[in-house]
Amino acid sequence: MAMTRRELDVSGLPSYAFGHRSLMWWGTFGLIAIEGTLFALAIGSYLYLRSQSDAWPIGAPPPQLLWGTVNTLILLASTWPNHKAKRAAEACDLLRTRRWLMTGLAFSVAFLVVRGFEFGALHTRWDSNAYGSIVWMLLGLHTVHLLTDTYDTAVLGVLLFTGPMEGQRFADVSENALYWYFVVFSWLPIYAVVYGVPRLQ
Amino acid sequence: MQNAHAMNPPGDAPASRLKDGPGPGSREAAALDATWSDPPGLLGWLAAVNHKSIARRFIATTFFFFLAGGLLALVMRLQLARPGSKLVGPDLYNQLFTMHGSTMMFLFAVPVMQAVAVYLVPLMLGTRSIAFPRLNAFAYWIFLFGGVMLYVVFVLGAGPDVGWFSYVPLAGPDYSPGKRADFWAQMITFTELSALLEAIVVITTVFKLRAPGMTLNRIPLFVWAMLVTAFMVLFAMPSVMLASTMLIMDRLVGSHFFNPAEGGDVVLWQHLFWFFGHPEVYLIFLPGLGFLSAIIPTFARRPIFGYTAMVLSLIATAFLAFGLWVHHMFAVNLPELGKSFFTAASMLIAIPSAVQIFCWLATLWSGKLDFKTPLLFVLGFFFILVLGGMTGIMLASVPLDLQVHDSYFVVAHLHYVLIGGAVFPLFGAFYYWYPKITGRLMSERLGRWNFWLFFTGFNVAFFPMHLLGLKGMPRRVYTYQAGLGWDTMNMVATIGALTIAAAVLLFIVNAVRSLRHGAPAGANPWGAGTLEWATESPPPPCNFHAIPVVHGREPLWEPPRTEADGARPAFTHVGGLAADTRELLATTVLDARPDLRVNFPDPTIWPFVSAVAVTALFIGSIFTPWAVVWGSIPIAIALTAWFWPQRAETSVHLSLERKPWQ
Repeated sequence: MAMTRRELDVSGLPSYAFGHRSLMWWGTFGLIAIEGTLFALAIGSYLYLRSQSDAWPIGAPPPQLLWGTVNTLILLASTWPNHKAKRAAEACDLLRTRRWLMTGLAFSVAFLVVRGFEFGALHTRWDSNAYGSIVWMLLGLHTVHLLTDTYDTAVLGVLLFTGPMEGQRFADVSENALYWYFVVFSWLPIYAVVYGVPRLQ
Repeated sequence: MQNAHAMNPPGDAPASRLKDGPGPGSREAAALDATWSDPPGLLGWLAAVNHKSIARRFIATTFFFFLAGGLLALVMRLQLARPGSKLVGPDLYNQLFTMHGSTMMFLFAVPVMQAVAVYLVPLMLGTRSIAFPRLNAFAYWIFLFGGVMLYVVFVLGAGPDVGWFSYVPLAGPDYSPGKRADFWAQMITFTELSALLEAIVVITTVFKLRAPGMTLNRIPLFVWAMLVTAFMVLFAMPSVMLASTMLIMDRLVGSHFFNPAEGGDVVLWQHLFWFFGHPEVYLIFLPGLGFLSAIIPTFARRPIFGYTAMVLSLIATAFLAFGLWVHHMFAVNLPELGKSFFTAASMLIAIPSAVQIFCWLATLWSGKLDFKTPLLFVLGFFFILVLGGMTGIMLASVPLDLQVHDSYFVVAHLHYVLIGGAVFPLFGAFYYWYPKITGRLMSERLGRWNFWLFFTGFNVAFFPMHLLGLKGMPRRVYTYQAGLGWDTMNMVATIGALTIAAAVLLFIVNAVRSLRHGAPAGANPWGAGTLEWATESPPPPCNFHAIPVVHGREPLWEPPRTEADGARPAFTHVGGLAADTRELLATTVLDARPDLRVNFPDPTIWPFVSAVAVTALFIGSIFTPWAVVWGSIPIAIALTAWFWPQRAETSVHLSLERKPWQ
C-alpha cells in the first residue's frame, strides 16, 4: 500500500517574534558572549598587571571619582527608557517605541559627552606606563561599544520615523535594548576596577 | 495606540503568493530555484549570499592557503635536508616558519572547518539557508582580504618573522622594528573577526533553523561538533584579538602592556595567547571528530554507538580545553601548584577523547565495513592521533616538557595531533562530500594511492622528528652542523615531506579530473542516513524543494511510517512557505517545533563594500592611528546601507507579515 503523504502546513505561523524565538536574539546573544569575554579578559589583564607591580597605580593618583560616578548614574538611569522602548516595541506600538528609543538615545549621547571628561580625569595617559595603558584600554573598549550602539540606535530611530516599516523593526528595537542592557551592566565591573582597585591598600 | 501597519501601504492584507511544493520540476520548485539563486554577472558574484556559493569560495580559499603553507614547509624541509645548506638564509627562514605556522593555524585549519560547516550545516539540518547570510558573506570577504594582505607583504619581502605565536618582547617595538609584526597582528584581527562571525552564524542556524522534528537529540554529530566548536570560538578568539590589539598599540601608539620597564609584563602575552592557542587545537580537532562521526556510520552501515556519550564527550572536551593553556608555558617561571593543576587537566582531557574513540571502535566493530577512501583516512586518523595523543600525555608532564622544550619532539607531537586529528579526517571528508558539492564521485583508485602516499609520507616525515628532538635538535633553526647525529633523520624527514607533497598533488589531480570525468553521484551515492543526502547532488539553490519533517537521527534510514502498518500517519514535508521570496522556517530551540516564517534578505553588494572599508581601516591603522577615526566613516556608511531596507523588499515582507500573537 502506498505511504500516506501529509504536509505540515506552516503558512499560518507568525513572521517575526521577540526574545529567544527571534534569530536576531541569537545574533545579539553571540555578540554579548564575545564582548563579555573580551571585557572579562581585559579586566583579568588589569588585575594581572597589578599583581606584577609593586605600586598601583603607577606614578599617578587614582582617577577622579566624579565623572565616572556621574556616568554610572546616567547609564543606570538609561535602562529605564530602554526598558520602556523594549516594552513598546513588543507591543508593536510605533509612537511609544519612537519616543522611548529617542529618549534612550539622548541618554547615550549624554553619557558619551561625560565620557570625554572621564578620560581627562584619569590622571594618566595611555603611553605613561602599563597602568595608564590598561586603564585607557578598559575605558576605550567600553566607549567603542557605546559609540557603536549609539550609532545603531540612531539609525534605527531614523528608520522608525522614515520607514519603510515592517514588524521586524520592532524585534530590532527589542534586541537593541537587550544589547544596551549589556553595555550598561558590563560597565559596572569596569567601573569597580578602574575606580575601586587603585584605592585598595 | 498606533500599530505596526500604520505606515504600511494601503491594502496590506496578506497577498496570495506562490507556496513551496513537494518536488522538483513543478512550478513552485522552479520559483524556489530562481528565488534562492545568486544574481548573475560580476556584481552578482560580489553580492552573492547563498551559503553554498560562499562555502565553495571559502573552501577553495582555505585550500589555496593550505597549499601555500605546505610549499613554505617544503622549502624549510629542503633547507634542513643537509647540514650547512645555503638554500635560504636565516631572515627568510624566520619568515618561512612564521608564515607556515600562521597560515596553517589562522588561514587554513580553523577557517576550512568553518567553511565546510557553512556548506553542510544547513543541508544537514534540512533548511534553505544559513542564518544571517549577509554576515556570512562579510565574514568570507574579511577572511580573504586578511589572508591576501599577509601574503602580499610576504611576497614583497616584509613577511612577519617572529613565529606564529609572536612572543613579546621579540615581537615588540624594540626587537622588531618595521611593520612586519604589525601586519601579523592585523591579520589576526581579520581572521578572528571572520571566525567569530561564522560562530554566531552557525550557532543561530543550529538552534533556530532545524527541520521540524530534529530535536536536540537528533542533531547529526558533525553538527554537534560544529556547534561546540562555535561556542569555543566565542570564548577563545577574543583573547588573541585582545592580545594582538595590545601588541599593535605597543608598537604604534607607545602603550606599555608588554614593556617591563614601564610596569608591563611579557608573560601576559603568553597567558592571553595560549588561552586562545590551546583551545585553538580543539577548534581544529573537534570538527575532525565530527567528520569521523559522519563517515564511520555510513561505511559501517549502522548508526553510531553511544550517541549521547559522544555529545557529552564533545562538550566535556570543550570545557577542559580551556583549562590547559598553561601547559604551553611550563618553561615559564610559574607557581609549582599551578603547573600541577595544568598537568592534571592536560591528562584529564584524554578521558572524553578516549570515550569517543571507543564509541567509534564499537561502531566499526559491530558494523559491516566498506573500505572506501573516506574510511581509509579515518583509519589513518586512529593510528596517527593515538600516537600524537600519547606524546601529548608525555608533554603534559612538567619534567619531560622541560627536557624537550623547543625541540623537534614538540614539532613532531603537534603535527601528529593536528594532521592526524584534523587533516586526515578532512581529506576523508573531501572524498565523502565531494559528490554532494560537485555531483560526481572522485576516483577511488587515485584516492587509495592518495591515502597510502599521504600516510606513508606523513610518518616518514614526522616520526624521525621525535628522535631528533630527543637527540637535542632545537626547532626554528635554519641550519645545523654536520656530525651531530641529525643528518640522516633530517634527510629522511625531507623525503617524507616530498612524499606528502606528491600525495597532495595526486589529490588535486583527482579532484580536478573528477569534476568532469567522475562517475555521476546521484543524491545519495554512499547510502548515508543524514539529511544532506536527501537532496540532489549538487543541491538546488534552495537546498530542498520541500523541507523534510524528521523522525529519527538518521532520517534516510528511518522506516517509512504508514497507516497500513499501524503507525500514526507522519508528516513527510513542510508546505506553506513562500516560493517566490526568501522565506524560511524557524523552529523552537529544544524540540524543533515550527515557530516562525522568517523573511531572509536578498543578495547585496554591501557586505563586500563593508569588508573593503574594514580592510582599509585596518591596513591604514598600521601606519597611523588616525586611520581608525577616518576609516570608521566609510564603514558606518557601508553598514548603514547594508542594514537599510529596500522598499520593494519591504513591500513583499509586508504582504506575508503576520504578528506574533495573530
